[in-house]
Amino acid sequence: MSEHTEDLVEIRHLKQYFPVSMGFFKTKPLKAVDDVSFNIRRGETLGLVGESGCGKTTVGRTILNLYKPTSGDIIYDGKPIKSKNDIREFRKKATMVFQDPYSSLNPRMTVSDIIGEPLDIHKLYGNAQERRERILELMGYVGLNSEHASRYAHEFSGGQRQRIGIARSLAVNPEFIVCDEPVSALDVSIQAQVINMFDELQEKLGLTYLFIAHDLLVVRHISDRIAVMYLGKMVELADAKEIYDHPQHPYSISLLSAVPVPDPKEARANKRIVLSGDIPSPLNAPSGCPFRTRCPHAQKQCAETMPELKEISPGHFAACHIL
Amino acid sequence: MEKKPFSMQVDMEDFIPEEKAYMVNMRPASTFFKDGIRRLKKNKVAVVSFFIIVVITLAAIFIPMFWPYSYDQMLGMVPGQPVDNSFLNLAPFEYGKSEIARMEAGETIVPHIFGTDNQGRDYFIRVIYGTRISLAVGFFASIIVLIIGLTVGSVSGYVGGKVDLVIMRIVDMIYSLPDMLMVILLASVLKQVLETSLEGTALEKIGSNIISLFIVFGVLYWVSMARLIRGQILSLKQQEYVLAAKAAGAKGGRIILKHLIPNCFSVIIISTALQIPSAIFTESYLSFLGLGVNAPMPSLGSLASEALNGVTSYPYRLIIPAIVISLIVLSLNLFGDGLRDAFDPKLNV
Repeated sequence: MSEHTEDLVEIRHLKQYFPVSMGFFKTKPLKAVDDVSFNIRRGETLGLVGESGCGKTTVGRTILNLYKPTSGDIIYDGKPIKSKNDIREFRKKATMVFQDPYSSLNPRMTVSDIIGEPLDIHKLYGNAQERRERILELMGYVGLNSEHASRYAHEFSGGQRQRIGIARSLAVNPEFIVCDEPVSALDVSIQAQVINMFDELQEKLGLTYLFIAHDLLVVRHISDRIAVMYLGKMVELADAKEIYDHPQHPYSISLLSAVPVPDPKEARANKRIVLSGDIPSPLNAPSGCPFRTRCPHAQKQCAETMPELKEISPGHFAACHIL
Repeated sequence: MEKKPFSMQVDMEDFIPEEKAYMVNMRPASTFFKDGIRRLKKNKVAVVSFFIIVVITLAAIFIPMFWPYSYDQMLGMVPGQPVDNSFLNLAPFEYGKSEIARMEAGETIVPHIFGTDNQGRDYFIRVIYGTRISLAVGFFASIIVLIIGLTVGSVSGYVGGKVDLVIMRIVDMIYSLPDMLMVILLASVLKQVLETSLEGTALEKIGSNIISLFIVFGVLYWVSMARLIRGQILSLKQQEYVLAAKAAGAKGGRIILKHLIPNCFSVIIISTALQIPSAIFTESYLSFLGLGVNAPMPSLGSLASEALNGVTSYPYRLIIPAIVISLIVLSLNLFGDGLRDAFDPKLNV
């Protein structure tokens, strides 16, 4: 279908700097996201991976305009999101699932109020009966039963709480959901259930996901395409299978070598690439390529200019001078 | 399901319907408040204090309604008759001359439980009335403090940035002024201003002094409440559920009312409960200094102050209001502590 190749979300040169105060009057920008561009196609799942502090979550939140971007455009369905009215309409189409199922649910609200909140805000129902029916329908989607509606979040387990969070994100009937590490706070057996639920919901409701995670196996399972971030910059973007089989960027290669392999023989044969040094602080990012301080192939050129994200094979983008 | 002869399988039919329902149902939903009240009920000191507060409050409200004497009625003064000095300074359970005569005629006279004061007014009803005033001042002053403190604190904490900076510097300024001095200055200045402006209005009966007391509380004592609430809001607004509400499109007002304030409810209840005794205390010492309620209206503080003149002959006139103040303040404080223990989530592990 032609509709499925169309871009639903397009991010152009997105920058998100946070001012950090240094002394009394001086502030220094913390470049959490520095010039990132990518697109998300309608109906696909784009996985976003990278280590802690590389700006994954900031990208997700900035796309939803939870932070005002320092510069760059967010284009949703062909229209840039700029004015307050745009954002208000955008909130009905794009929602978010949060990482921590414990702090993302208000402890003083019942489950039905939590799930119904987006409905209340956008006034998406005619009367109390309609609201209740919609909430029960949403609870059905995520496998909660109706008698949970009047309970408080603390009465549920982590997996159930995450389901409540997912039901809330589905309330406005969105097209696009940013999933910000939705399973990393859950244990493995529950992770599988929740991941499968994401898959089912995508099929049933035709959703598009931006799936942020640091668990590479989870991301490979759910994503159609994967983007790798390092220190606020995007270093590689390709189809999920392509990036796992033929990673190109030195950072992606080392990241993927850290994925545990279930077969011990194979695991012993694989060489784990251990990077030296720590991730630099985004406050004092290295000049040129951010990865050059830890890159085994670093050259003089890497310190001077930042490599552009370029297409090295069809649909496979990487940002590195040596490629 | 078909039952196999040697199967160990549990047969659901063996259970009576209540048991089945019991197994299916989860325990009834318990809310934060139910939990807190359950814990509060276990605290004997808090329950006793609460009981004392209720008894004193009910007495202060209802006794003046049916008591035969009024707080400003001088019993020895009957229009058209010479002043009967036998009613002045009666000891507890003594009677004036005319009352003794009526009792001999067979009438029953309500005794002067605490005697009368130096103008022949029944002291018991004056104490009750004073309690009423003190409680009312304490209660309304706390509400004023709560409303101002809650509004300023939550806006300052939620909006942050420059707004927060400006509000907090104002708070610091008010905070750094000496409390007592400001209270006395404000009370005496407001007394002058209000006395003239209130004439002829419905507020005149309440008295300019009480109104100036409320203003003093409103102006001075909201700062600690505002600080407390700002601190709470500052930490709560980092929570992900606030971000989730923003992502759903909620505006600032909704986030403050629906998400932030309900989550600092325990702090609000506790500090309001502890604010009441401090307001009563302030009212008492202001009345004691002569800046409190207008005569002839009594308050516990002014009763104590008047009693000082005759403290050698009639010490009980000082002791009684002092005991009542202590009882109210002590039980409110203990009840407030009980509330804190019951509702502060950090304490219950």
